[in-house]
Amino acid sequence: MNLSLFIIIPLVASIAVLLSRNAQQVKWISFLASAAQLVLSFFLLSAFRSERANGNVSQMLFEQRYSWFAPLNIEYYIGVDGISVSMILLTAFVVLAGVLVSWNVEKMTKEFYFLLLLLSLGAYGFFISLDLFTLFFFLEIAVIPKYLLIGIWGSGNKEYSANKLALMLMGGSALVLVGIFAIYFMSGIHSFDMVKLSQVHIAIEVQKIFFPMLFIGFGVFTAIFPFHTWVPDGHSSAPTAGSMFLAGISMKLGGYGCLRVATYLMPEAAKEYAPIIIVLASIAILYGAFATMMQKDLKYINAYSSVSHCGFVLLGIGMLTKISIAGAVMQMVSHGLMTALFFAVIGMIYERTHTRKVEELGGLLKVMPFVCSVLFIVGLCSLGLPGFSGFVAEMTVFMGSWQNPDMFYRIATIAACMSIVVTAVYILRAIGKTAMGPITNEHFSHLKDAAWNERLAAILLVLGIIAIGIAPFWLNDLVSPGAEIIMSKISGVIIY
Amino acid sequence: MMNELLLMKSELLVTAVIFILLFIKISDKMSNEGVLRVVNLLLLLNVAAGFYCMNTVGELFSGMFRTNELMAFEKNMLNIGTLLISLISYEWLKNHKHLPEFFILMLSALLGMFFMISSGNFLIFYLSLELATIPLAALCNFDLEKKQSSEAAMKMIMSSAFSSGILLFGISMMYGTTGTLSFAELPQYLDGSPLQVFSFILLFTGFAFKLSVVPFHLWTADVYEGSPIAVTSFLSVISKGSIVFIFLTTLYSAFAPMGEVWYNLLFMLSVITMIIGNLFALRQQNMKRFLAFSSIAQVGFILIGISGGGQNGISSSVYFVLVYIFSNIGAFGAVQLISSFSGKETIDSYKGLYQTNPLLSWVLTISLFSLAGIPPTAGFFGKFFLLASGAEKGNYILITIAALNMIVSLYYYLRVVRAIFMEKNEQPIASIQGSIYEKAGLLICVAGIIAVGLYSHFYEYIYSLSIF
Repeated sequence: MNLSLFIIIPLVASIAVLLSRNAQQVKWISFLASAAQLVLSFFLLSAFRSERANGNVSQMLFEQRYSWFAPLNIEYYIGVDGISVSMILLTAFVVLAGVLVSWNVEKMTKEFYFLLLLLSLGAYGFFISLDLFTLFFFLEIAVIPKYLLIGIWGSGNKEYSANKLALMLMGGSALVLVGIFAIYFMSGIHSFDMVKLSQVHIAIEVQKIFFPMLFIGFGVFTAIFPFHTWVPDGHSSAPTAGSMFLAGISMKLGGYGCLRVATYLMPEAAKEYAPIIIVLASIAILYGAFATMMQKDLKYINAYSSVSHCGFVLLGIGMLTKISIAGAVMQMVSHGLMTALFFAVIGMIYERTHTRKVEELGGLLKVMPFVCSVLFIVGLCSLGLPGFSGFVAEMTVFMGSWQNPDMFYRIATIAACMSIVVTAVYILRAIGKTAMGPITNEHFSHLKDAAWNERLAAILLVLGIIAIGIAPFWLNDLVSPGAEIIMSKISGVIIY
Repeated sequence: MMNELLLMKSELLVTAVIFILLFIKISDKMSNEGVLRVVNLLLLLNVAAGFYCMNTVGELFSGMFRTNELMAFEKNMLNIGTLLISLISYEWLKNHKHLPEFFILMLSALLGMFFMISSGNFLIFYLSLELATIPLAALCNFDLEKKQSSEAAMKMIMSSAFSSGILLFGISMMYGTTGTLSFAELPQYLDGSPLQVFSFILLFTGFAFKLSVVPFHLWTADVYEGSPIAVTSFLSVISKGSIVFIFLTTLYSAFAPMGEVWYNLLFMLSVITMIIGNLFALRQQNMKRFLAFSSIAQVGFILIGISGGGQNGISSSVYFVLVYIFSNIGAFGAVQLISSFSGKETIDSYKGLYQTNPLLSWVLTISLFSLAGIPPTAGFFGKFFLLASGAEKGNYILITIAALNMIVSLYYYLRVVRAIFMEKNEQPIASIQGSIYEKAGLLICVAGIIAVGLYSHFYEYIYSLSIF
């Protein structure tokens, strides 16, 4: 299994897109490339499982290592464990769905798909990197395409949102940069190799200063409170595929970084700061949920609920138990699929009705049965109905959190649990008003249901959600060993 | 003797080009296009020959002039930059009355820079610095019919005379306390007495003037705005690059014992340079002024790299200058092309540029992203290595300030990108058809921006040369 293919395919495809002659070619190249990525990631999954079944217990599989900037010990070093494999799967699903729903983009098609592919390149590269330099490199590659996607193809106050997003994310990565330098020089081995670094002990004083930098830096990407303000603006202004990529992939870069870089390399400080992380995560969960109640625009609803749902990721990481960390990863996958689907559906509705205001919509189930069924599925998943991925992931986080015997942690867990009720309120209200009841607008009754590309995208993501929902064990088996390794590093510090 | 003089191959080559141009001027028969063809060819040969004579190491005139592979490489970088500037300025130069003089002056300045890079003694350093500056002041005035251009030349000559005065004052006091002007002998006489520190600070100030480090930057914006774009890019790229090189040499070899003094100076100056440069760049409307202030901020970053010391300090600074040559000339080239076709130089007039000039827009965008340090452009690697070099000393406050400054700088670079791609304009700049020279120049810049970063051998090569 050659992991570099995950970078090479989008790279080749994006160059091909630039060279292609018309919009039709562009679309098909992007579609084929992202479909190939999906096939490849399933192939990776099976290869990974069979390696593990054959008793290969090394921490990272399919490693590749080339020297890149030798004087600074920078390497192109890639490899995967279960957590990365699950994130790659998520990326492949969302990218393919994103390419499909953007089939009707007419303005600067070539540039649009080029940027989508570039963004996916950054995400894949980030998830397979085991070298901090390449990780950071790919993290930053993923920022500018988002800026251009929102600024050029967005709607509403797009320039403002694009600027805000780019600057906040760059701010996050600036903090990450400082943290990376600190790890490099303070670990004493002058290396960016994460596996090697995880075996070195970094002095606790150093960790105390630089862990917050790294955690907040990555946290900005995953909407840590109070750095979540780019999320509503960015998501609501972005074009459909842009929102899907932002919420489905980009926010996961942050969660993955918090886990893989900050927590894994500086476990003692993670333990030290866990209460603060949990407080921030709980605020994000509750505040996000209550803020969603007040929203009237479907995209804003999903954006704020993303803040709330991503809070669970941080909560799971902050709880520092094996199950809660596994839950955090599962929540990342689940939320990625779910929110991408939600944005896809909102995009479909908006494209037809030209409004996203909940009060102006109504009775769409009669005219667009497919779209509205998907809306129901994704809504129910979002509020955590058993059988869908949301339930599995949130439940795992809560289970893991409850394992933490400290009273403070339990109160935080209970508080976070309460958000589920609020979620149910806003989700049911929004989808109920949109899909049920009388048709509020004459013009709506002539609308067409989803086209083939939209159906394909939606079915793809629904399959993902249901696959996790009814058979969560495969994801759990995939993720748990990775979580265990992270915890084994931490359990030297705390014992649960 | 003849063999020894061959140590000065790069200098001799440039001198030869200057002489050829003089003959062309005297015979006065060639059309402007013919001259440009010859000049570009000569400069190209000069670059090629420069790489051919890389492996010369030695000293001349009892240590006054010395050269090694690193210096030869630095000179080649400047050669490439000069060639690129000549290429991108084709449209502007084509109709200029005094074309040969332009190149004679520019190459004389370049010759001065070569001697400056190779100087091993404060005397020749001062001489060559003047040779590098005075032709530049004349160049600033090369938009002969524009008042602003003369004003720029006046400001340039005044400020450089002032800074030379300070520099000379520092040199003379340094001579008074140590009794030597040679870089090689200076370290053993430095004992850190207050007078020496004072004279060192004067010397440092002279450098800071030339590098337009805040608070000695005030001449920069006006001079950059008033001068023709070709000269502005020469000033901000080639001239600054050469000063960075000699600055490295003096700090790392002659003033090595004063490491603590210059580290603290560099720390303070880099912080205020980055902050002030960025804050001023935020509000600029004119592209030339905008690039001027952004280049002040870039110098702040270079100072961080220099402050690191050691092999990393040298290689990261030299590498950044290489990156900076491609990125800044790329940006100036696009601005030059737009300016000479439409006469527009403000950011507002760039609105909707992408609709009419997609390729040029991408060139400008890639150059600006490289200046801002966005991967996969070389600027990202350059900034990363500069900060890595600075972080080696363990001063994370400096690194954090620098990292945050990168966000501020991204904001104003994005302003241009936003104007190009996102904002609507009823009358965007009409489609521009540059000549083959300009296309080649911009193509080389973009190729450089992409390749110098991703292809790690450039950095590794510079690193392997970076030994004094």
